[in-house]
Amino acid sequence: MGILEVKGVNKRFGGLQALGNVNLSVKENSVHAIIGPNGAGKSTLLNCLVGKLIPDTGSVMFDGQSVLGRKPHEINQMGISRVFQTPEIFGDLTVMENMMIPIFAKRDGAFRMHAIENMMAEKDVVEAAEHMLEEMNMADKRGMHSASMSRGDKRRLEIGMCLAQEPKLLLLDEPTAGMARADTNNTIDLLKQISDERDITIAIIEHDMHVVFSLANRITVLAQGTPLVEDDPENIKGNPKVREAYLGETA
Amino acid sequence: MDAIILQILNGLDKGSAYALIALGLTLIFGTLGVVNFAHGALFMIGAFCAVFVQRVLTLSVETVDPTKTDFLGNPLKVKTPYVENWFGHDFGSAIIDWSVPLSVLFCIPVMVLIGFVMERGLIKHFYKREHADQILVTFGLAIVLQEVIKAFYGANPIQTPAPEMLSGVATLAGGIVYPVWRIVYFCFAALIIGGVFAFLQFTTFGMVVRAGMADRETVGLLGINIDRRFTIMFGMAAAVAGLAGVMYGPINAPNYHMGMDFLVLSFVVVVVGGMGSLPGAVAAGFLLGILESFASTTWATTTIPGINQIIIYLVAIIILLTRPRGLLGKKGVME
Amino acid sequence: MFGLNKKDSALLLAVAVLTMLAPFILNPFPTDSGLAQFNAGYPDLMQRFVIFGIFAIGFNILFGLTGYLSFGHAAFLGVGSYSAVWMFKLLSMNIIPAIILSVIIAGLFALVIGYVSLRRSGIYFSILTLAFAQMSFALAYSVLTPITNGETGLQLSLDDPRILDGASTTGSLPVTSLFGLEMREAVDMAVGPWSFTFSVGYYVCAVFMILAFYLAIRIFRSPFGMMLRAIKSNQQRVSYTGLNPRPYTLAAFVISGMYAGLAGGLLASMDPLAGAERMQWTASGEVVLMTILGGVGTLIGPVLGAGLIKYFENIFSKINDNVLHGWFSFLPDGIEDFIVTIIHPFVGKGWHLTLGIIFMLVVTFLPGGLVEGGQRIARMFRGKKKTGGADAAKTEAAE
Repeated sequence: MGILEVKGVNKRFGGLQALGNVNLSVKENSVHAIIGPNGAGKSTLLNCLVGKLIPDTGSVMFDGQSVLGRKPHEINQMGISRVFQTPEIFGDLTVMENMMIPIFAKRDGAFRMHAIENMMAEKDVVEAAEHMLEEMNMADKRGMHSASMSRGDKRRLEIGMCLAQEPKLLLLDEPTAGMARADTNNTIDLLKQISDERDITIAIIEHDMHVVFSLANRITVLAQGTPLVEDDPENIKGNPKVREAYLGETA
Repeated sequence: MDAIILQILNGLDKGSAYALIALGLTLIFGTLGVVNFAHGALFMIGAFCAVFVQRVLTLSVETVDPTKTDFLGNPLKVKTPYVENWFGHDFGSAIIDWSVPLSVLFCIPVMVLIGFVMERGLIKHFYKREHADQILVTFGLAIVLQEVIKAFYGANPIQTPAPEMLSGVATLAGGIVYPVWRIVYFCFAALIIGGVFAFLQFTTFGMVVRAGMADRETVGLLGINIDRRFTIMFGMAAAVAGLAGVMYGPINAPNYHMGMDFLVLSFVVVVVGGMGSLPGAVAAGFLLGILESFASTTWATTTIPGINQIIIYLVAIIILLTRPRGLLGKKGVME
Repeated sequence: MFGLNKKDSALLLAVAVLTMLAPFILNPFPTDSGLAQFNAGYPDLMQRFVIFGIFAIGFNILFGLTGYLSFGHAAFLGVGSYSAVWMFKLLSMNIIPAIILSVIIAGLFALVIGYVSLRRSGIYFSILTLAFAQMSFALAYSVLTPITNGETGLQLSLDDPRILDGASTTGSLPVTSLFGLEMREAVDMAVGPWSFTFSVGYYVCAVFMILAFYLAIRIFRSPFGMMLRAIKSNQQRVSYTGLNPRPYTLAAFVISGMYAGLAGGLLASMDPLAGAERMQWTASGEVVLMTILGGVGTLIGPVLGAGLIKYFENIFSKINDNVLHGWFSFLPDGIEDFIVTIIHPFVGKGWHLTLGIIFMLVVTFLPGGLVEGGQRIARMFRGKKKTGGADAAKTEAAE
């Protein structure tokens, strides 16, 4: 039994079958990559996991509970954090404030009316945020307007914000898309470190095979909305079906 | 039955005005992605085109008529409009009588020009800004335009009567009595709406614009200069609003704040119809005009007091909450 | 001070001192000088400055922090006024119960309207609030006449019950008071050619505004305020961070509605009548103008904007051709007439035109309003002293 169990999920958009009978099991503390050619339904699947879309049929269980019908913030509170393809941070806020928000969310839940307390007087939150910034090597940027940072730093901040919530499952949507090689390698190292040091499961959607094979210990290949195969990286590399559907195009 | 038909007819003139203004608003929103709070002011300026033309045509020269005297025995001064001097009395007074329909000819180039100037001079700089900024700057522009008109023409409504021939009432089939000018206004509105749709449907220009409405980026990638076409569309939308205003003069005497009054309702119409949907705007315009007319009947106002005042807003609220995209709105437009 | 950091304390102190000394500051010209008409230090106008300041501070909590642009906020002000007048009619001429009721009723009203309107965002939210406000306006004029007294507006009358005060014996309408201290009471002070008026009503309003301003600072600096800014910045990330945006925005909406109710209650306390026109959407538009002109999302901006617009409305509109001729009389006749003709449309009754133009310029070139303008000027001076204004570029958020 994995921490995330997807069973028989179907999703149609008009005449297009975006997902057809998707089954997926993500084991606890694994790094599970979901790969597939463009239009294979990877993003649709991800959106079904976080509550942005609701599948037509099927079930999505996380940690023994169904996520279906829950709103994104409720699913997040269950322990799923998502990193977006283009970094989604609070651009108008400082880096420190960016980091404090998920910590407040972790501590106080989806809503708490603390309208006249001083933000900076919340010692535990400030400390936790500072600690997380240090861990992300961003302590020197704490007062910066986050919108003015480089893309790599934004990505780093976003991942840090997700980790600050101590999620059980971290979902990453092509985290290195559009990145220079050096930035990509930095991100790989960061994710490796996270997976080694923390008690966390990572599910990653990725295009870049270099990233996939440096990180994943389990891979699901999607093609035309259906899982083609789920296996260990070594076997995936050798699988002729996968080569034909996917790797053949890029190799 | 007759009563129902009468209410539908009563709703048509206001509905036509709503539909025309909403059509222009949607055209601008769909093509340029701009929320134009100054659109009501364009309607108002259109109405004042009629006032202007009327004033020009009735410019008079004062002469002393030696054949007549006033009651004190002094020679009588009479004012004769220049047009009557130039074209003879009969034709001249006919021109003055028909000043509102004639203003249409004057209105089109003026409104198109105003539209161009507005788009190139102001709106252009707001394409990439937030919708809130667009609302705010066009709201400011609406105030300015309204005050300029007020500075020239004062705060009181100015009568712009319909030609005598069209100002009576007609008796329709079934014995319904209905003002002729309202029929004219409805037909005029139908003609313009039809014209706009035909233009978008059957010309290459229209095709490109429609494609641009659907997906601006892709059309831009094809190397088509979509911006210039959108400028022209803005001029067209301004002209539609102006025409709606010019012909509305005989129904409601133009005043400087009529634009704001109509704007609020027209926005509601656009939202009900579905942001970015042209047929939606037209349908919702007529629908709400007719609904308003039904809500104004004594039966309705005695059943639910005040319903005539709030019906449009009430419908808008219900539609927005149950069908956020509006009646005919497309997915993904400003959600 | 009061749980604020140094900078905020200084700001609060400055605002407090300025409002307390306003009767002096706003009357800089001797009473019989030609410029006396630019004196704004009379009670009626000063009250408006601070009351609309409160209104704008509240509006800014919603629009400035969350980015939700409400076009119907005047409805809450109107509701507040009606509630206050009813309190004067039924209970007592003391303004405290009246103001408490206006804030509560406006809050409830905002809760209902906000709950519905906040299901949509962007332009749809603006239209929904506009629709609700216009509905309230239309209803106040027509069906609700028993409560609102329709076009005439709600007024006091001699046969009102006024349970606590008892029946009027003097035969004239009672006046609003704060535990016996009448709002209209004022003391004139003459210093040389100057004359200053200190009115009870103004100081009551001023105290309320300082409190409202203090509360706004606390909200801006609280975790709640930060969440609201986060919602404005990136609502998607807020949801995916496990926060539910809706109660946050609703709370902001209700708070700003209560501010509007307070402003409405104070308006009625200064002059106990309430009319529907206070709810019209142009009145809602006015508070938008104030907030933007002053500087949206800033603490002091809305107060400045409200003051500026009210000053324009009352003082600028009094400049007529005679005044203009007086000013330019040193010029040769032809040029004098020419200049007066040019300026004429922009002043007096045409002050709205000037307002519209300034507003457009501010939105286009100075989105941060007067506050941003002030910051830029300050930076220019600072920039001359020390080269390299790199860190000047990052303006402190929500200052």
